[in-house]
Amino acid sequence: MHLERADNHTWRKIKSALASTIAFVSAILVISPLGLVFFHLLVNGAGSVNWDFLTKLPAPVGAVGGGMANAIVGSLELLAFAGVIGIPIGVLGGVYLAEYGSARINSVLRFLADVLNGVPSITWGVVVYGLVVLRFKGFSAYAGGLALGLIMIPLILRTTEEVVLLVPNGYREAALALGVSRWKTIVHIVMKTASRGIITGILLALARVGGETAPLLFTAFGNRFWNHSLSQPIAALPLQVFTYAISPYDDWHRQAWAGALVLVTGIFCVNVLVRILTRGHAASVV
Amino acid sequence: MAVAASIAVEERSVQVRMASPSRFGDKAFEWLTLAMALAVVVLVILIGWQLWIGSSVAIKKFGFHFLVTSTWDPVAEQFGALPFIYGTLVSSLIALLIAVPLSIATAAYLTELAPLWIRQPLVSLIEMLAAIPSVILGLWGIFVMIPWLRDYPFPFLKRLFGWTPFFSGPIYGPSMLAGGIIIAIMILPIITSVSREILRSVPNLQREAAYALGATRWEATRIAVFSYAKKGLFGAVILGLGRALGETMAVTMVIGNTPQIAASLLKPGYTLASVIANEFTEATTDMYLQALFEIGLVLFGITILVNLLAQLLLRTITTTSATRAVQ
Repeated sequence: MHLERADNHTWRKIKSALASTIAFVSAILVISPLGLVFFHLLVNGAGSVNWDFLTKLPAPVGAVGGGMANAIVGSLELLAFAGVIGIPIGVLGGVYLAEYGSARINSVLRFLADVLNGVPSITWGVVVYGLVVLRFKGFSAYAGGLALGLIMIPLILRTTEEVVLLVPNGYREAALALGVSRWKTIVHIVMKTASRGIITGILLALARVGGETAPLLFTAFGNRFWNHSLSQPIAALPLQVFTYAISPYDDWHRQAWAGALVLVTGIFCVNVLVRILTRGHAASVV
Repeated sequence: MAVAASIAVEERSVQVRMASPSRFGDKAFEWLTLAMALAVVVLVILIGWQLWIGSSVAIKKFGFHFLVTSTWDPVAEQFGALPFIYGTLVSSLIALLIAVPLSIATAAYLTELAPLWIRQPLVSLIEMLAAIPSVILGLWGIFVMIPWLRDYPFPFLKRLFGWTPFFSGPIYGPSMLAGGIIIAIMILPIITSVSREILRSVPNLQREAAYALGATRWEATRIAVFSYAKKGLFGAVILGLGRALGETMAVTMVIGNTPQIAASLLKPGYTLASVIANEFTEATTDMYLQALFEIGLVLFGITILVNLLAQLLLRTITTTSATRAVQ
């Protein structure tokens, strides 16, 4: 009897250790794609990222060499245009939720924002195609930027709301007690206090849409040359990586890896910046 | 908040008497922010409306048959979405089968079992995995994962389970199974981080009670934590399903893009999102474009429903931190 109980206890201990081991192995498996992707990006891409790659236009089809300068600049242009649309709407909308909205309105708006965050990015491409490309009869940087900007709105709205809610009420009360009007209190005191968190949310949204390809396929469309007008098709780094990856040319595959490495480096730089911004504020932002 | 609001009200009434010019500023700012917040309502309606009018002719022409027929012939203008619906569901199901156990075990490791010092670095790594763009995972899928799958795991699976219809037939490389695996990698981070928030929101009293009864660490996790968090974890899984259904670039690059309904997971397939990605710019006729818009509408409808379900499941136990992880 006594022995049996001891055995049972040992068995339970073994089971617990086994479960811990399985959980540990799972965690390793979950992060292993990260390591593998990075490893192969470096192995296949690092050798091809050079001055030419960063400063030259794509070489004509079949020719070896050339670069993705137009795609890198194109991505930045698209992000700038997306930011013009997504940042003001997202930030001010988030401020409304945190500062004005009643509980009922807020729960509806929050719900819709979360639903929008779950809409597949390709859907945004289809919608903007119908809204802009069909109407103005042509692919354009405007359409691509709009698609990315719309994706940013619910992302920024939710992060802004959360960081604005974290500003202590004493700040608002102090400003109001001094006779400062409500909107000035919000803009100069509340939003300023929360600015680090708001910027973090904006940066994360930019990093997220900067890697998006699906919404650009039939809005920005891509371009093998410099874009001279925002009403013309424009190249984007993720789009170029996709086109090159599914092409039959070896040299394009090599460049796809290089483009991917540049893209990932950009995105991770933003993520590191976010980490620096939020260091010591882990509890207060994101 | 209530205090601030009441002060704001008082301040406003003072301003009424003083007829201060900033009263206009207050109203204007409130309306401005409200208008921006309403953008989310406008966007949801806009998406539904645009997809609907973009496909109205196709809807009228094909009706319900669009969802249940499997001919996809742009030349003859015959369009049925069944192979794509099938491909989307099967690839997402494979992804869930792989990702759910791994994610929930990882979440449990992160909140219950791991040494404290290892937790934060692991969370950071998972966030980094989430930041990898879909197209880059697809690139890796084409040139690294598929050749490897074709050489080692696929022949192995075929040898073991080749007698079942699921692993029969020739090995191509790009396949439904490869698509499912790449989607699994895409949804691992979101299921893990939402599950982690859910497990973290389980009160410590639950664990303490289990330990007080002599439970081992695993028993406490299973009895006190998992059973308490069941509903939330289910929400996390459904949320992952929502992402899986709409995943586009990585899947398009590895699934093989063949509109067929084949039992074998080693054969190529096609998904709703990938057919839009591949064929949208090639749609030469109006009806072709209409059919693709309708595919977009079907995809939007499915993901909206799945996301609504996920939000409802998560909302009931939600803390702000859980919704934060959703992003």
